[in-house]
Amino acid sequence: MSFIRVENLYKIFGPKATQALEEVQGGIDKDTLFQKTRHVLGLNRINLEVEQGEFFVIMGLSGSGKSTLLRVLNRLIEPTAGRVLVGDTEVTALSRKELLRFRQDTFGMVFQHFALLPHYNILRNVTFPLELKGLPRKEREEQGMVWLERVGLSGYEKHYPAQLSGGQKQRVGLARALCANPPILLMDEAFSALDPLIRKEMQDELLRLQQELKKTIVFVTHDLDEAMRLGDRIAIMRDGAVVQVGTAEEILARPADDYVAAFLSGVNPAKIYKVEELVQEPVTVVLEREGPRAALRKMGQAGAVNAYVVNRSGFFRGMVRAEKLAEALKTQGEKSGLEGFLEPLSGLSPGQTLEEALPLFSETAVPLPVLDEQGRLLGVVSRGRLIAAMAGRYVPQ
Amino acid sequence: MDLAEAINAFVRWLVQNYGETFEAISQGLLGFLLFFEGLLRGLSWFWVAGLVLLAGWWLSRRLVFALGMGLGVWLIEALGLWDKGMQTLALVLAAVAVSVVIGLPLGILMGRSDRFRGFMLPILDAMQTMPSFVYLIPALLLFGLGKVPALIATVIYAVPPMIRLTDLGLRMVQREVLEAADAFGATSRQRLLKVELPLALPNLLAGLNQTTMMALAMVVIASMIGARGLGEEVLLGIQRLDVGRGAVAGLAIVALAIVLDRLIQAAGQRAVKRYREER
Repeated sequence: MSFIRVENLYKIFGPKATQALEEVQGGIDKDTLFQKTRHVLGLNRINLEVEQGEFFVIMGLSGSGKSTLLRVLNRLIEPTAGRVLVGDTEVTALSRKELLRFRQDTFGMVFQHFALLPHYNILRNVTFPLELKGLPRKEREEQGMVWLERVGLSGYEKHYPAQLSGGQKQRVGLARALCANPPILLMDEAFSALDPLIRKEMQDELLRLQQELKKTIVFVTHDLDEAMRLGDRIAIMRDGAVVQVGTAEEILARPADDYVAAFLSGVNPAKIYKVEELVQEPVTVVLEREGPRAALRKMGQAGAVNAYVVNRSGFFRGMVRAEKLAEALKTQGEKSGLEGFLEPLSGLSPGQTLEEALPLFSETAVPLPVLDEQGRLLGVVSRGRLIAAMAGRYVPQ
Repeated sequence: MDLAEAINAFVRWLVQNYGETFEAISQGLLGFLLFFEGLLRGLSWFWVAGLVLLAGWWLSRRLVFALGMGLGVWLIEALGLWDKGMQTLALVLAAVAVSVVIGLPLGILMGRSDRFRGFMLPILDAMQTMPSFVYLIPALLLFGLGKVPALIATVIYAVPPMIRLTDLGLRMVQREVLEAADAFGATSRQRLLKVELPLALPNLLAGLNQTTMMALAMVVIASMIGARGLGEEVLLGIQRLDVGRGAVAGLAIVALAIVLDRLIQAAGQRAVKRYREER
């Protein structure tokens, strides 16, 4: 069962929201509703499920309702209709008092403009959630120092927010969100106010932390590259409704409608596609202990000019070229084994993006081997295939 | 309809039916005021000047500023108006204290509720545009002559900026910061004490400053219904066409005003200095 569930959620902004809700359920769209009643349709029948430990990205242009959706999860904004469930708790049914307690225990939140408390020093900012929970000072400061270190800000505990750079401020924001050790992180355009280099750095940092912490993250962004980079799954929103939910690859390969397709047209495939999606069977694979003659025969049958050599357990050993083997046979006579003919090749890993893989192709013209973590040969990727994919002319299925 | 007659009837009704209540309030306020008076008049000018000098040093860490503050207090003594000056200062401090007690909660309510704000704004406008003499009459009727009606008239005149700037200060706190407090599960009390009031502090102190200045401006008028002190001297100067006497008392009021104004401003700067420092 999924960890966060959103069922038939509506949010309408305006004094007579319940009346307007009937109109919306009757099927009128955002613009018509506004012209007719001056009410703004914030969320239109949202149904979502987020798994425990999932990195879930909500993406859309400004005004699409993504920030509203995020805030309905912890009821910073009250929904007009529908339910939000976290685990076994129906968040939308909690009393005011229960809700405060639930927020303390369940949610950490990171804001676009950091939202640090300027009159508190960094340590007190980080430990603010624990202070609200009523933990003794000594205890919360111990925990705060641990989190400051984890986000790389040891030594800054006595500084004030105004003394930090944007990236540092958001590290504080992140440490604050994590400090009470909540299972869910809500991140609202968390990196959008940072300049591109720092943003990339923070994305890496977040991914690294996530690998260790395995939080359930709901991350709102308007930046498609960011969404594709971070999200296990992505929900695309438009006019208060979710248009499509899926992994980056699913959405790229099969956009649900023209709106999504138009959205995606600006995406750089090199940053999205991974090496594993381009892997092909190598034309010729030979075992290390087979002799040059056997290898040559295999290559001859396949019409290949080189072969990938593995040992008996499938570990990649190197590449041999047909011309070299043939020459050696002519001049030196029989040889057992291919040891002397192996040429090393840089291996690709299946999880690399095409952008990361490209530089390795500058060394050689032959297809490069794709290896798993132990070094076993999974397949090869040719330079031509890589370039075609990067130019958007090849869409992996 | 005769509005003036109706108001007269209302005040008469108040006096007849709630005379004892007003008497009790009056006694309470008098005790409060006399506490300040006793304290200030009990100390010699030397001690008061010394305390002000120390406060000036502690707030600003500037020697010249601190000496200037001490000098301002000494000036009142030098003008031969020490005792009257302290009577006035006691009235001002008591009025400011009462204004804060009334103004802060009202300002907080205004900051939280647009409805209450809509209700209060016209009242505050009326309080501030009404000629201050008008407050003297009902204060006189309800509390008689003396220090207490003077205190009440001063509070009515001086409290609006405290209310307004509390409201403004709360409304100027960044929405995202409040959202952060809510997101981490702050109760409304925690939010007020840990986030809203500390961040509104510069505005609260500006309100305190304006309230203090307005209370000082009211002392001359309040002396017409029996407040003692520097205002009395100015009033005597007017009545006897004694320009010198009025001017000297006026100078002492100015000295008090400058000392109070600068001390509160220094407190404001000190309060925000830590976190306004850019890197």
